[in-house]
Amino acid sequence: MDKTNCRSLLASLSEYIEGTLEEQICREIERHMAECPDCRVVVDTLRKTIYLYHATSEDESMPADVRQRLYQRLNLDEYLKP
Amino acid sequence: MNDTKPAFSLDRLRAGDREEFARLVETYSDQIYRLALKMLASPQDAEDVLQNTFLKALQALPTFEGRSSLSTWLYRIAVNEALMVLRRQRPEVQIADDDDSAGDDITPAYFIDWCCLPEEELLSAESRAYLDQAIQQLPEKYRIVFILRDIEGLSIRETSEALNLSETAVKTRLLRARLKLRDLLSAYYGERLEEKA
Repeated sequence: MDKTNCRSLLASLSEYIEGTLEEQICREIERHMAECPDCRVVVDTLRKTIYLYHATSEDESMPADVRQRLYQRLNLDEYLKP
Repeated sequence: MNDTKPAFSLDRLRAGDREEFARLVETYSDQIYRLALKMLASPQDAEDVLQNTFLKALQALPTFEGRSSLSTWLYRIAVNEALMVLRRQRPEVQIADDDDSAGDDITPAYFIDWCCLPEEELLSAESRAYLDQAIQQLPEKYRIVFILRDIEGLSIRETSEALNLSETAVKTRLLRARLKLRDLLSAYYGERLEEKA
């Protein structure tokens, strides 16, 4: 990961995986990745890292007793849904 | 956190309408609790942050001007509450704009392709526990940006508003957080791959 192209990919990595880079720069990155397995692995595993955090958090909700105490503290008991 | 959320009547909220406030609590309490838990790794502290966030919101709503969205405003209150908890433990904690250009090396250290691991392995109870452990290894100023942008799905602009940071600082910290977590997960899942080999 000490090559100039690898470093320039790193700098644009977030924008690349979010799809907010200009098309021409995207094509340059994809050309580079076709020749650089390390960068391809970094891009793929970075995407997966973000996906895993998002996926595991989506189904996390607060415990029922925490919700109940919150509504009590806010004097909103009557609006607490079962 | 915005597209699919119901609209709220600011007039009713400012006037102290309890039903509308209850709807606000119902809509955003899970996200606020999750943010606090990931930031603090303590269910008790997360519950305190959750309660204090909505108590402070209730007090401040009459003067809420609506310059940012309600969700961003709630996140800002929650972040400040979480920082207060962290500073009680370590007074030096801060997330304000500073020089992000130097310091942590972001060069990746692992080049193992673990994407091929089956979903049940990637999302096992043990893996989930490691995901929580890994995020705690990030410095607070990177962790909070990752939580807001990549877990809660705020835009770069909303994240910068919630944290009172420039968009440039948010982008720099987000990249560092993502790369650090990728390295940590690569080391962890790399071992799982070796066990299978």
